[in-house]
Amino acid sequence: MNPIGNLNKIFESRIRLGVMSVLMVNVNEEVSFNDLKELLEVTDGNLASHLSTLEENAYIKVHKGFIGRKTNTTYSITKAGEKAFKGHLAALEAMIKFNQ
Amino acid sequence: MNEQQHLDSLHDIKRIMERSTRFMSLSGLGGVGAGVSALIGAFFAWKLIFQQNFANSMRWDRSAPYDPAPDDSLLTLQLLLIALAVLVAALGTGFYFTWRKAQAQGLSVWDASARKVIFNLAIPLFAGGFFILGLLYNGYAGLAAPACLVFYGLGLVNASKYTVTDIRYLGYIEVLIGVIALFNLYNGLFFWALGFGVMHIFYGALMWWKYERKPAA
Repeated sequence: MNPIGNLNKIFESRIRLGVMSVLMVNVNEEVSFNDLKELLEVTDGNLASHLSTLEENAYIKVHKGFIGRKTNTTYSITKAGEKAFKGHLAALEAMIKFNQ
Repeated sequence: MNEQQHLDSLHDIKRIMERSTRFMSLSGLGGVGAGVSALIGAFFAWKLIFQQNFANSMRWDRSAPYDPAPDDSLLTLQLLLIALAVLVAALGTGFYFTWRKAQAQGLSVWDASARKVIFNLAIPLFAGGFFILGLLYNGYAGLAAPACLVFYGLGLVNASKYTVTDIRYLGYIEVLIGVIALFNLYNGLFFWALGFGVMHIFYGALMWWKYERKPAA
């Protein structure tokens, strides 16, 4: 069996992997765009494009809200996202065991 | 993607998960500073109490009939002021060193994890603060020191989920010292100095040794 096949192409980007890691440990909590930006040390545009890829794959949910007049966009992980991320981790693990 | 890249991504995942849930910039030196402030405060409190006891004993020796009950309200107020000064000094030094460490790491000192630490510490601390005000109001000033230690310890245990795990053990020790102090009320100040002074210095030094010490060149 070749374990590489189970690796999720979408998580090959370090930023998308980072977003999923943050949302994974903050289940049931909304994480704001600014928190993500600060944690991952990326630019607005870069983060936004990766977030939309994850959203298109239904791995994350987007909630648009307001704090006063400022928009406050927050993100949370979906069941599908959780499953995909766990699958990716399992594949990484299998991969490392396979190579040993 | 080769194996090294996979290991890198696992490392990234672990680091980001930790950073997004735990506040890692807490400074050991800040703990030492807080402990020193507490010991200085305890020394002044001890001096005041000693003077008051001495004055009281002189009064009893003369067995002055016109003032049988010594008035402790001034002493209580002075002790309260010392406690407040210690709180400000301890928070100030703790925050200053933590801010410096966060700057050095290039991290924000006020991120989501820092807010969680403060919030989870604040719940037992506010409950404890009002509880102690109630004790003073009802004339149970002697119970204040053990109550400080117990509530502070519970606050640390509660907040430890969001910062370095050592804080949890410091919390357990503070609760334990508080409970022992409750059954040794006449040594309240000693246990207070032990819990807030000595333990902060000990744990601060331990954390500095574990996380901040420059590796020997």
